[in-house]
Amino acid sequence: GMNPDLASERQTASFSVEKLTARLDGGAEHTRIRRAVVEAIECDPVFSRENQYFQSQNERYEAAVRKAVHLQKKMHEMGWTEDGPEFKYIYRALSGDIAFLLHRIFMRSISMLGSDKQIAKWIPLATQYQLIGSYAQTELGHGTYLQGLETTAVFDITTQEFILNTPKISAMKWWPGDMGRSATHTVVFAQLYVQGKCYGVHPFIVQIRSLQDHSLCPGITAGDIGPKMNFEHVDNGYLMLQNVRVPRENMLNKFCEVQPDGTYARWGSQKINYFTMTTVRISLISDEVIIPLMKACTIAIRYSVVRRQSKLKPGEQEAKILDYQTQQEKLLPQLAAAYAFHFINNYLQELFDKVYREIQRKKFDTLPELHAFSSGFKAMVTQYCTSAVAICLQACGGHGYSLLSGLPSLYTKIVASCIYEGENTILLLQTARFLIKCFMAAGAGQPVPPSVTYLAAVKPGKCPAKNKLDFLSPDVYTEAYQHMAARLISSTAAKLQDLIQSGVKKTDAWNQCTVQLVQAAKAHCHYITVKNFAETVEKLETKAGIQKIMKHLCDLFALHGIFSNGGVFLHDGYVSGAQMDMVTASYLDLLAIIRKDAVPLVDAFDFTDKSLNSALGSYDGQVYQRLYEWAQKSPTNKQISPAYERYLKPLLHNTLSKL
Amino acid sequence: AAAAAMNADLRRERAAATFQPELLTHILDGGAERTRRRKEIEALVINDPDFQHEDLNFLSRSQRYEQAIRKSALMVMKLREYGIADPEEIYWFKSFVHRGRPEPLDLHLGMFLPTLLTQATPEQQDRFFMPAWNLEIIGTYAQTEMGHGTHLRGLETTATYDPATQEFILNSPTVTSIKWWPGGLGKTSNHAIVLAQLYTQGQCKGLHAFIVPIRQLGTHEPLPGITVGDIGPKFGYDEMDNGYLKMDNFRIPRENMLMKYAQVEPDGTYVKPLSDKLTYGTMVFIRSLIVGDSARSLSRACTIAIRYSAVRHQSELKPGEPEPQILDYQTQQYKLFPLLATAYAFHFVGAYIKDTYRRISGDINEGDLSELPELHALTAGLKAFTSWTANAGIEECRMACGGHGYSRCSGIPDIYVTFTPSCTYEGENTVMMLQTARFLVKSYTQVSSGQRVTGMVSYLNDLSRQRIQPQHVAARTVTVRINDPVSLVEAYKARAARLVEAAAKNLQAELNHRKSKEDAWNRTSVDLVRASEAHCHYVIVKLFTAKLSEISNAAVCAVMTELSLLYALYGISKNTGDFLQAGILTDAQITQVNQRVKELLAIIRPNAVALVDSFDFHDVHLGSVLGRYDGNVYENMFEWAKKSPLNKTEVHESFHKHLKPMQAKL
Repeated sequence: GMNPDLASERQTASFSVEKLTARLDGGAEHTRIRRAVVEAIECDPVFSRENQYFQSQNERYEAAVRKAVHLQKKMHEMGWTEDGPEFKYIYRALSGDIAFLLHRIFMRSISMLGSDKQIAKWIPLATQYQLIGSYAQTELGHGTYLQGLETTAVFDITTQEFILNTPKISAMKWWPGDMGRSATHTVVFAQLYVQGKCYGVHPFIVQIRSLQDHSLCPGITAGDIGPKMNFEHVDNGYLMLQNVRVPRENMLNKFCEVQPDGTYARWGSQKINYFTMTTVRISLISDEVIIPLMKACTIAIRYSVVRRQSKLKPGEQEAKILDYQTQQEKLLPQLAAAYAFHFINNYLQELFDKVYREIQRKKFDTLPELHAFSSGFKAMVTQYCTSAVAICLQACGGHGYSLLSGLPSLYTKIVASCIYEGENTILLLQTARFLIKCFMAAGAGQPVPPSVTYLAAVKPGKCPAKNKLDFLSPDVYTEAYQHMAARLISSTAAKLQDLIQSGVKKTDAWNQCTVQLVQAAKAHCHYITVKNFAETVEKLETKAGIQKIMKHLCDLFALHGIFSNGGVFLHDGYVSGAQMDMVTASYLDLLAIIRKDAVPLVDAFDFTDKSLNSALGSYDGQVYQRLYEWAQKSPTNKQISPAYERYLKPLLHNTLSKL
Repeated sequence: AAAAAMNADLRRERAAATFQPELLTHILDGGAERTRRRKEIEALVINDPDFQHEDLNFLSRSQRYEQAIRKSALMVMKLREYGIADPEEIYWFKSFVHRGRPEPLDLHLGMFLPTLLTQATPEQQDRFFMPAWNLEIIGTYAQTEMGHGTHLRGLETTATYDPATQEFILNSPTVTSIKWWPGGLGKTSNHAIVLAQLYTQGQCKGLHAFIVPIRQLGTHEPLPGITVGDIGPKFGYDEMDNGYLKMDNFRIPRENMLMKYAQVEPDGTYVKPLSDKLTYGTMVFIRSLIVGDSARSLSRACTIAIRYSAVRHQSELKPGEPEPQILDYQTQQYKLFPLLATAYAFHFVGAYIKDTYRRISGDINEGDLSELPELHALTAGLKAFTSWTANAGIEECRMACGGHGYSRCSGIPDIYVTFTPSCTYEGENTVMMLQTARFLVKSYTQVSSGQRVTGMVSYLNDLSRQRIQPQHVAARTVTVRINDPVSLVEAYKARAARLVEAAAKNLQAELNHRKSKEDAWNRTSVDLVRASEAHCHYVIVKLFTAKLSEISNAAVCAVMTELSLLYALYGISKNTGDFLQAGILTDAQITQVNQRVKELLAIIRPNAVALVDSFDFHDVHLGSVLGRYDGNVYENMFEWAKKSPLNKTEVHESFHKHLKPMQAKL
């Protein structure tokens, strides 16, 4: 049965949950397809994640390989194709718990960086899984800074081969997924040397394991890099190359080539390389970041209406912990953020599609803006959502700490997203570089992309709000965010200028301003997120109560940001001390309002119990029963621990202590 | 040999330090003699072959539990063999044996035995203490239930007295009443001190403690009527068998209720205890330990991250030059140095609470409890403040190590998962903050009604004198000099005063809206938590600053002064809103503060490695490839990875099971 405390929350929803779900999916038809995919995956026992929390690294890896293999069969059976509408939901349905994701990156890099001839040779093999690919870029000593990679590929003109080497320990490839145990081939990024000259980092296809018996090829040392915080199912690997020779044709040569006589030729735009990174950064935001946050919110909020603790009023029943203002203040802003980022993700997708269409027409003007956006938002969204998941975890008290809550694994997984595909601080500095450039251009009267035109009109001013209700006006808070972002960018630009004019070298000046630059880049992204949320709400349908509740969430997201970063809004007096008290008052009022719809708002994310895999967050709210049942399944309760016979027994029987 | 092989960057860093790390270590330990003794005990453990084992990262949970039990058994024997009996020395020994991790006998040694000592009658001590001391009885402390944690009054387990048989009948009446989480309960213990609602003569007399046997001596099988087991895998605490316990009409003799204070007589008559304030003392003590733990855990993470940042080179600062140490980037310094300063601040705060507790515990034993309420309120808040900060700080250190921080070989994931539950246990942090707030509001009310308050809250006295002025009173009295630590203490004091006052006024306003007291409190609780945080922040800045005058060595004092300034100024820069809104600092001053923070980063940079060396963690205790003293990171990462379970065979079995058949079919 349904826990009555959870059931009662659902009776008072102010909006249609089903309609909101459809809105989040982009239409009822998408919801239908998604549910069908989830249903098909979840009823298949091979894909079960039931025992996941009890499995060892070896068992997790094996299960991930088994699932990956089985998925091929399943797709065939169901008639799902990679171009079909179902495909994007498969990964979500599997919760990412599957091997060979790097195999896809391997294929994508060949499709993007390889010539037609190379594509024709490798892609069919990969599609048929005659080989398993990986993507070896990061080294032990180098991550985000690609120019620093130390692996070498020297062209040998006599044999028409490249000789690949790992010249020192820090040059070992380290971290690539699927490479520790599974991959037979990998794309290795190495410094290209032709006739003693270095041409920078280039990609090479290298076979690392035998296609017959999977043993390592000559000159190859490879293995698993050992246990991590999460991703136990992935065999992140290391790779050492000793005089490994690959034919000249194995360098991916869509944009550049070493010709038989050793001539290095380059064509096409370098900028397109940016585009690959941009694609990956944008694509990870939804699956790897927003969905985990939505799951964490679902678990924490449902649990918070089932858990009762302490009394609000003497003589009454103990209160649901979500009725405590402090608990609302922890969870509801995270819920609002999940929606805010869902909408910013839509915005990024649209921008991406637009730029993609232009690139097809060989127009690259909008690429820098997209690049800056994808870097900044990747950093901001991953960082924000990671903290948000941590807050959800901690808000569940002791039980959140159990793996059975599902929250620790959501956290340890999402936290990796702050590092991979570009370390966040470095990405924010890239965005900052773009913003400073635009600010300068705008000041000089040059045209700038539409998203940053606000930088042209930085002026002092005062927030017009007269009472706390004024802060529920999107114009008022969007304006405040805009003012704050513009001020931080302009003051940082001024500081940079000052330093340079006082004789500090440009590079030193930049380093001395990086803390401010990071802050400015975040402020810009925060502003755009608020603005986009407000604009999205404006366009929502008014019926079924959806616009109204989304407006509340938008207000909450915006006011939470002002409340928790008060100083930057107060700094130049744009917001006064009295106005800040109004912000706080409105913000706290909103918590109580959204509290009433909290459960329907997470129900709308539409996660199945299997997908949440949480003893605390299931739809029926039978938290304690489930926690007890799941714990009994723990291997520690099934096996007799060898520790008893070996150590406990002698201890208890006092044979040890008498020695 | 180790010195010869030291990574060149670290060697250079150490040579460039402006002070001797040993001197600072002595300050942290509380004297050179204590450092010597600590290292002596450390050597006893680290050089003992019995305490060696495989890297725990490669073991399953069961294996980790087994290792922990093995070491715990040895530990108890060896402590007695060496005659180590001082609590602090036992603590050191234990933390070297278990390398900062929990162990299955923690509750036996830390709760079961002490509770017997403080709450058992002499007769009960005769029956239980020696067997427990000799580990024939292993006990745990079963308080928390599935449905109730911090709110003790809500516990549901019942102990009903049956005068006919002179027994208590223990029951877990609901699923939510199952005891859940106690350490050592799942597999290790054969007894538990169970907290239950006492019913006698048809009346509930509240929570009392009972000694309950749970497993058969000899076979270790659960007794009839007892359901006991492990609660399953957790974020961390792999070596601990946190357990569940369900009791069905389980009978224990009347004499098993701990009856030093409250008693049930044979006919069922209940005799009330004299005072319940005594339990305050234990809570203060345990929470002060958590403050110290916050400092140590954060120090470990800082040690790893800062050493690694001195070894790792990346990208370029200036075109054409070699890749710089990542510690040279301002953004990296900004991530790590404030945390380093925080770790030092928390060390001093932890030592302060411990000393204060020691000082007044004599009074407590003599029945003078006058200082206890303030200390109790203060430790609740500081426990929450320091554990929250350290918890987030450890993760920041890990993130500052980039991808490699994510590998278990960095050691930081383990520090984090071991530390993070301290935000919840011994009092959930938000609840702790609200306890402190209750004390602050009470003090404020006293001041408003004309009384004076003493101790750390005495700044509230100033508010009453300024009451006539309209708004934001605190502002006018302070002229802050941002390079003067004492002046910064005043700024923090003014901020605390302002936020306590604001919270108290908001509470009053809610009450004026005819709300019930509880409703009003709940509707003000976000403000109240902020006020508590500001109060704790002030106390920490004050204590750190006060510590400076005790440091006699000029070089050490100079670097500690820089750190204390950084701690205070960084705290302002992260909470500028509070200082601006209250008018304590002007826009221009805030800009100066932000600028000064960045200058201090550059000033502290040359001493960063020496400052973490001063924490003096042995490599074995640190448990990190990235944070090794010799800095030989990369080669040792490779050595470590080779031992990974997935690398046991050259070709993994899943190749034959899954990959090969698939390739054949497609």
